Amino acid sequence: MTLPLDSADLAAIWLTLKLASLTTVVLLLIGTPLAWWLAHTRSRLKGPISALVALPLVLPPTVLGFYLLVALGPNGPIGALTEQLGLGTLAFSFSGLVIGSVCYSMPFVVQPIQNAFEAIGKRPLEVAATLGASPLDRFFTVALPLARPGIITASVLGFAHTLGEFGVVLMIGGNIPERTRVVSVQIFNHVEAMDYASAHWLAGGVLVCSFLILLLLNRRGHLRVMPGART
Amino acid sequence: MRLTLLTAALCCISLSQSALADDVQVAVAANFTAPMQDIAQAFEQDTGHRVIASFGSTGQLYAQISHGAPFEVFLAADDTTPARAENEGLAVAGSRFTYATGALALWSADASLISDGEQLLRSGDFQHLAIANPKTAPYGLAATQVMQALNLTDALNPKLVEGQSIGQTYQFVASGNAQLGFVALSQVSRNGEITSGSAWQVPTTLYEPIHQDAVLLNTGADNAAAAALLEYLQGERAAAVISSYGYGH
Repeated sequence: MTLPLDSADLAAIWLTLKLASLTTVVLLLIGTPLAWWLAHTRSRLKGPISALVALPLVLPPTVLGFYLLVALGPNGPIGALTEQLGLGTLAFSFSGLVIGSVCYSMPFVVQPIQNAFEAIGKRPLEVAATLGASPLDRFFTVALPLARPGIITASVLGFAHTLGEFGVVLMIGGNIPERTRVVSVQIFNHVEAMDYASAHWLAGGVLVCSFLILLLLNRRGHLRVMPGART
Repeated sequence: MRLTLLTAALCCISLSQSALADDVQVAVAANFTAPMQDIAQAFEQDTGHRVIASFGSTGQLYAQISHGAPFEVFLAADDTTPARAENEGLAVAGSRFTYATGALALWSADASLISDGEQLLRSGDFQHLAIANPKTAPYGLAATQVMQALNLTDALNPKLVEGQSIGQTYQFVASGNAQLGFVALSQVSRNGEITSGSAWQVPTTLYEPIHQDAVLLNTGADNAAAAALLEYLQGERAAAVISSYGYGH
């Protein structure tokens, strides 16, 4: 029996892991302050911003992919900006995929963290304040540790959701080996070319991997803070 | 009153469908999207039959057909895929014919970019070159043959981006994300004129001829509308549409 995965498949797996990891890190950096703001603000903007964050849950990836393709192009707002900065356009690049994935997986990271912050309530923070903790201290030494389960859930879901990304990548990726050809696209390629044996190996791998991730989350009792299951 | 009207309307619909018109489901290679829409309209006017068309890359559509997709007629972008359908018992033997011969174009949405296409390809003075997936799209395969004939395969490889069909390839170039790309001439020309941007019609000596074959699939063997469509495609009115998009016969 020959090796079931060829070098292109392995490259796709490596690229996917890289994309999912980087996306998760970026999302934690952007998403945590955003979730904090959403959990505490009384601004009238809270509603619209929450809806904006949640949009990828309901939008077809083709809508996101199409607008990203237009926006990243030389005539689009993001493309015009990146060209002025000398970065060229970002479609068909790994950076473009990261931008796409950050948009696409945003709710899966922001919502669990926001739920966790909201569940902490005001009291621990007020107590810390009366003990003389500065706002920054309160955030880093009280809120963040208490929100840990939510942050873990957010990281895992953000990672897993990016692993499963397909439509957006298909529309802005251009199917380039080692740059934008992630596992989901490679599976699609195999199926289209009717190479079902290779498709099975990759698809089965993704299936098992995703199941194990969710099982792990469930074991730890974190699944209840998933988006849509807000308590 | 309302009920009688509704019943009358329903009767009309069912009558018109059974007596006059049938639907025919067609799988159409993406390069033929625009001409097919024109032909379908004319066909519906002339015969009363209705065309329900799905567009995709030839390989994509073939994979669907081999898994029982309900298409009755298959308009591919090559001649090998319909032959394969026939050999594998998916299509009616002897129903195959070439409905169009495709032409390949190097196209850019920028009207001033392409003056000498070969020179531009050799200069490598662009960021991305879009082609269709050569494994599933015959126009993508033709594009790789051109690059091979020009000895540019290795030089251009890092700049390639792939669309899943020639339709997506066109979209990559039209949105400006790829500065240029190999598309079907039919997508960018009408009556011998390039409709937008700039293009280089690739010399036919650089790639294998793209004979686009049509075939009647088994599912459509008993459908009068399917037979009628295949006949219509070989008729004068369809021929005029097909050649206006730059196809040969």
